[in-house]
Amino acid sequence: MNKEWPLWEIFIRSRQGLDHKHVGSLHAADAQMAIENARDVYTRRMEGVSIWVVESKHIHASNPTEAGELYDPANDKAYRHPTFYDLPDEVKHM
Amino acid sequence: MADQITDTTKSRLIHYATHLGDNALILGHRNSEWCGHGPVLEQDIAISNIALDLLGQARNFYQYAAELTGNGATEDTLAYLRDVPDFKNTLIAELPNGDWAQTVLRQFFFSAYQYYLYRQLQKSGDAQLAAIAEKAWKEVSYHLRWSSEWVIRLGDGTEESHERMNRALDLLWTYTGDMFIPEAYETEVFAVDPARVKADWEQKIKQVLEEATLTVPENTWTQSGGKKGIHSEHLGYILAEMQFLQRAYPGAAW
Repeated sequence: MNKEWPLWEIFIRSRQGLDHKHVGSLHAADAQMAIENARDVYTRRMEGVSIWVVESKHIHASNPTEAGELYDPANDKAYRHPTFYDLPDEVKHM
Repeated sequence: MADQITDTTKSRLIHYATHLGDNALILGHRNSEWCGHGPVLEQDIAISNIALDLLGQARNFYQYAAELTGNGATEDTLAYLRDVPDFKNTLIAELPNGDWAQTVLRQFFFSAYQYYLYRQLQKSGDAQLAAIAEKAWKEVSYHLRWSSEWVIRLGDGTEESHERMNRALDLLWTYTGDMFIPEAYETEVFAVDPARVKADWEQKIKQVLEEATLTVPENTWTQSGGKKGIHSEHLGYILAEMQFLQRAYPGAAW
């Protein structure tokens, strides 16, 4: 039997209105403990107002060896960037 | 303020603030002994955080007691230059940590006590005590939640964890009564009579122990004396370690 507690990925929202950001991972027996551990490990210096925890095994990641087929095709398609329009002067913040 | 209250009242207020500080300092010191020795990294940090919270509370109470005392008293002289009979902490705070079961059960008993005590102390007519209690109550609310969950987790856990919780319960139970025996300084209007928090405390203990599949002991005999300055043999060892530096090198600073 594996006696290690499962690994959890921790996401903290540092201020209202901002996104949760991945800050690290830790071990915990269940979600409740993971939240409390995250509180103790990652928010001791007022870093957060909200915590998400996700057991690491539930994260599905893309494979680095597939980077070529996944990302390269986007490199030579400059027309996907909306940079070829003449903006009227009245339009701000673009 | 001093001339508006009698000497007795003032000296009891000093005793009371010191007593509350002693409770926090001694348990804070015990918890700090786990630093670097916790069962897992995350819990090592959790118990050390609780130790720091308690140390912060002790400082607030000592600073207030020192201010009332005058004569050059400071938070440091109160922490480092008093001897065993001067300390008025409740006995359960000074008991050794034992295993993790003993540590979390003691924390649970103590945090539940602080929780209901500080909740009422926020309404104290003494503005400074009320303000400290208000700040500390939030911390203690978390300590209570954290320790309750550990008691349930271990009590309702494996055969071994259940057995260890039972052993801790047998050992600690007879030290819980000491918290509720009122000293003179706890009967003043600025203080919270511990008898008034006992019913809430008992209900909380019953609820959590039941959920943890543990049985509340029926034994009502209790150890006593901590609040008077009559301590177990353990406190002297704590002070010897905690006070050594200031005793050997008076006034030493960073």
